[in-house]
Amino acid sequence: MEKEKVLNRSLPRVTGTQRFIRNVKQSRILLLMCLPAVIFFFVFSYMPMPGAYIAFTNFQYNKGIWGSPFVGLQNFRFLFISGQLSLLLKNTVLYNLAFIVVGNVVQLAFAIMLNEVRNRYFVKVTQSLMFLPYFISDVLVSLLVYNLLNYDYGFVSNLVRSAGGVMPKLYQNAGAWPVIIVLVNLWKGTGYGTVVYFAAITGIDTSMMEAAQIDGANGWQRIRYITLPCLKPTVVILFLFAIGGILKGNFGLFYNLVGNNSMLFGTTDIIETYVYRAMMNSFNFAQSSAVGLFQSVVGFFIVLGANALVKRIEPDMALF
Amino acid sequence: MAGKNAAVPVNNHNRPTRVKIDRSDMVIRGITYVVVAIFSFFCIMPFWMIVASSFSSEAAIRRSGFTLWPAEVDTYSYYLLFRSPDQMIGAYLVTIGLTLVGTLIGLFIISMTGYALQRPDFPFRNGIMFYIYFTSLFSAGLVPFYLLITQTLNLRDSYLAILLPLLMSPWLIVLMKNFTKAIPHAITESGKIDGANDFTIYLRLILPSMKPALATVGLFLALSYWNEWYYSSLFLTSKTTYRPLQFHLYNVINKVASLKNSVAGSNVIIENLPGETLKMATAVIATGPIILLYPFVQKYFVSGLTVGAVKG
Repeated sequence: MEKEKVLNRSLPRVTGTQRFIRNVKQSRILLLMCLPAVIFFFVFSYMPMPGAYIAFTNFQYNKGIWGSPFVGLQNFRFLFISGQLSLLLKNTVLYNLAFIVVGNVVQLAFAIMLNEVRNRYFVKVTQSLMFLPYFISDVLVSLLVYNLLNYDYGFVSNLVRSAGGVMPKLYQNAGAWPVIIVLVNLWKGTGYGTVVYFAAITGIDTSMMEAAQIDGANGWQRIRYITLPCLKPTVVILFLFAIGGILKGNFGLFYNLVGNNSMLFGTTDIIETYVYRAMMNSFNFAQSSAVGLFQSVVGFFIVLGANALVKRIEPDMALF
Repeated sequence: MAGKNAAVPVNNHNRPTRVKIDRSDMVIRGITYVVVAIFSFFCIMPFWMIVASSFSSEAAIRRSGFTLWPAEVDTYSYYLLFRSPDQMIGAYLVTIGLTLVGTLIGLFIISMTGYALQRPDFPFRNGIMFYIYFTSLFSAGLVPFYLLITQTLNLRDSYLAILLPLLMSPWLIVLMKNFTKAIPHAITESGKIDGANDFTIYLRLILPSMKPALATVGLFLALSYWNEWYYSSLFLTSKTTYRPLQFHLYNVINKVASLKNSVAGSNVIIENLPGETLKMATAVIATGPIILLYPFVQKYFVSGLTVGAVKG
């Protein structure tokens, strides 16, 4: 900083362009080091952006993006009127809300409980076990669920039957899947989230805990009056960021669990799965990209809103 | 932060001060042991069920379903898979190749970029960071991306269509940048005084001192390559003979034809194929390595999360 000031003064009248050129020259190696990443994001993220124009065309594969006839908002109108878009929005938002609320409550509870345990070995082992589901692919998750819930051979089906109950055919029963999917998501994400909250708890000033203990605070009181209030900023911020992504669905999880089982679409179809199927199965590129573009634009403003709120609460934590 | 001790954060306040333990502490601990132990059990139980089912005979499964212990131990589906291992070996080679190459290239670019972007004397750091970060806020969506890969870059049925998109993500670059911040700027300065250029400083001085960061980011990358099935399902058609492992598993689970192909050449009539156990055995072979490696790599993930997760 200092050096730059001195340099500025020694040079008479540095214009913006000259300064820019000087900066480029001085940091050319650092710029070159960033070049691969810059090219990467240009090709894979920025180059497709003009292609969003497909959403406003009656896209025909052989005519390409720019040769297809322009139809204005017709694709969007169709999606609105048919009720397709509102169903997708409803499913996506409600699933995400359920994931956020159920997930965070359980993760927070587990992190706090583990923090009260003094047996390091127990903490280590259970943390490892709970983290394991995070490591496996959604393909395997779908097989695990099949193994448990399949009507003919599933483990749970057998348990229910041997207990004298009647097992519903879950793979034909749309009403059951919101519960199943929330549970599977909980199963997969609890270890991950617990680690995050556990780290946040470890960051709490231990002298507060010690003082409270000397004053005779018991376990509940320490959690209620120290741990929880100290975690509040972290919880609020993670919550806001999660809300920022409320239109983004976990494609892998939904697509592997439900796949092309149209009997379940009413309660399980989210934006991502619709976009994928509309393109890959029905080759309806225009409608697929209309839904995708809607998600991107609305999602973008939701993130901006969430970030503005974070900035108000904790400026250091804001994304930008 | 990323040292060995931080790997599994264990809180150790009140260790020296043995204040009296009152009843509510005991209750909390009791509940914790029970609840956490049960949940942990449910976290590994399904894995065990897959293994147990894969060693069961097909007849036993048709009779009494999937069980925690095979009613009749039978390794027929493993026998089938190993007798015509062509598909499986091909899938393994493709996945290992993609994982190694992708992780190495990705790590190199991510660490180089992450280092440059945290240099306080780099005037373009904020601009480039925003350029990269913006892509995670707004995207064109799946269709334009699909057309880019299949039409503009013409990568259908090419492994590059899987290798390239997974190389890096804004999140991994931010994570790396946060890690690199912990390296004192004085190291860079000392290199400068010795007359080294920025790339040499990165290669000779910075890279060797960021092993924990490389391990963490490298493992995130390796995991995304190992578990990859999504780009494969988009860009690999039936023309591609050898698919990545998880996509192979996906096909075996979801398509009867692929199930048959997976043991092609074993001269078994389709009706006699042990469909259920074959799926389970394929899953065990495809996922085995990651489960076996898991205990050794898990701590790097934990340390990565504590550095990068809160400020994604």
